[in-house]
Amino acid sequence: MRISITSVLVDDQAKALAFYTEKLGFIKKTDEPAGEARWLTVVSAANPDGVELLLEPDGHPAAGPFKSALVADGIPFTQFAVDDVYAEVERLKGLGVEFTQDATDLGPVVTAVFDDTCGNLIQLAAMK
Amino acid sequence: MDADPDLFKAIGDATRRIILDELTDRDGQTLFEICSRLTMKHGLASSRQAISQHLAVLEQAGLVHTRRQGRFKFHHIDTGPLRSIVERWPIDREEPDP
Repeated sequence: MRISITSVLVDDQAKALAFYTEKLGFIKKTDEPAGEARWLTVVSAANPDGVELLLEPDGHPAAGPFKSALVADGIPFTQFAVDDVYAEVERLKGLGVEFTQDATDLGPVVTAVFDDTCGNLIQLAAMK
Repeated sequence: MDADPDLFKAIGDATRRIILDELTDRDGQTLFEICSRLTMKHGLASSRQAISQHLAVLEQAGLVHTRRQGRFKFHHIDTGPLRSIVERWPIDREEPDP
């Protein structure tokens, strides 16, 4: 058994695709119609054969309260690895991305948290 | 009659003092960031609920204020109430007589 896909619940798939590719720099891997929605995944440009991120619609009625409760307390839904959190924060801020937590040295790891504009907070992390 | 029971209760707890230290390091943090700092930097295994309660005690004493910005909630330190301590017991050596 292995992890091939993980998902993030987004409020609008087209908006999510734009943010995750144009701002974060992921590349689109799969885009197929799936009922009312799309089977829409992106991958890291640095590892296009690696784990896919499914941009999954958040239409279930429980998703909204769940997501907003996490956001209110600043809790990220998931985490992406970068080489240099400080540099990535500067780059993303330059693209207008809003952070709820600036780059922070927590000892073994440096982290930051940003708003993905689709209803989630995402943590950036670099192990030292 | 003690005028500041909430203040002395608030700073009488080691975890709450560390929360104030971390808010001094950077003001304006989410609950998640405060919890991350306590866990990762200080090895404190308090639950999120416990940290929330510590923040409520600090807020009651006026040492922490919360600010809502859109969907986010940030915690800010306010050291103003601590002034009452040095007003009550002045620190002479900081202002020596000429």
